[in-house]
Amino acid sequence: MTPRLRRWVFLAAMAGLAAFYAWGLRGLPGFGRYPGPYGDIINRIAVRQTNATGVVSAINFEYRGFDTLGEEFILFAAAAGIATVLRRLRGEREGSARDEAAGRDVPPTSDAVRQLALILTGPALVMGWYLASHAQTSPSGGFQGGVVLATAFILIYLAGQFIAFERFSPVDVTDAVEAVGAGAFAAIGLAAVAMGLSFLSNFLGLGTVPGAVSSSGTIALISFFVGLEVAAAFVLIVSELLDQALLVRGSR
Amino acid sequence: MTPSAMTLAVVSPYTVPAGLMGVLQAALLVLVALGATAVVLTRTPVRQVIVLSVYGLLLALLFLAFQAPDVTLSELTVGAVVLPLLLLLGLAKVRNGERNGERNGERNREK
Repeated sequence: MTPRLRRWVFLAAMAGLAAFYAWGLRGLPGFGRYPGPYGDIINRIAVRQTNATGVVSAINFEYRGFDTLGEEFILFAAAAGIATVLRRLRGEREGSARDEAAGRDVPPTSDAVRQLALILTGPALVMGWYLASHAQTSPSGGFQGGVVLATAFILIYLAGQFIAFERFSPVDVTDAVEAVGAGAFAAIGLAAVAMGLSFLSNFLGLGTVPGAVSSSGTIALISFFVGLEVAAAFVLIVSELLDQALLVRGSR
Repeated sequence: MTPSAMTLAVVSPYTVPAGLMGVLQAALLVLVALGATAVVLTRTPVRQVIVLSVYGLLLALLFLAFQAPDVTLSELTVGAVVLPLLLLLGLAKVRNGERNGERNGERNREK
């Protein structure tokens, strides 16, 4: 394809895209206006039906729990895929960072970075735990909480060394936690089926006070397990990539 | 907005006046547009990752201004922290590979 022809194809595609975009924008409802009945209905009944004041979580883990199950397995499959693709191959060896820069050592982590990472690790852990276990009362949830939990482990890497990171999150344990987190979601759904209810229906007591931490039955439980799964998946992905960055491909 | 939704709105000491909210939203939209342009225009990969992280932060603020605190939390953790981290790790790997390649080349020349 000559550059000239390519430019014409690009311009034609551009014009088409712009036309469709303008047409699509014209059909949108006005800014801040919600035309559908579904959201209004959910807003009216969600708190009464589930006792969860975090309505977003109620939608994610109850009304559309099946969607979320699929989403969770996307992350699960991604982590499994990365672990498979980045496995140690024959002819690859672990290299210390030292021999990468001939004649000088790797500059040590500065005290400032080390201190800050140490100071932030605890709060990140508490914050992640809080977010993952309070989906029923706040707009948080297992996903956000899980990622924050994972950053706590990454801070350990920043504060110390890769070795410390691996000691605090050994791959076998991380794998197991990820599998338990992902499996528990499906298991909770199947438990409802075993009781003669439909898949993922809420079979636990909803509590009496809407917005209490112990309220909302399976919503809180599922969110917690999603938190475990997401935290483990992110720790796994980051540790695999760290491993790769330190790995030297054998030259022979 | 339906009347029932109006009564749901809670006024607290932290409630931003309605007019100010519009200004905040517009300002954040402009900042996000500028941020996205800055990401594209930054050429050095490492710097681009840092700018991308700042852009993630702006996006998180935008979601907060449009009343989506759950998306804000996701964007804050994934867009501003984890994604730049993964990219930096990828860059470190690529650089290691390049340096090894150079050294192997030197070794071959010495032979």
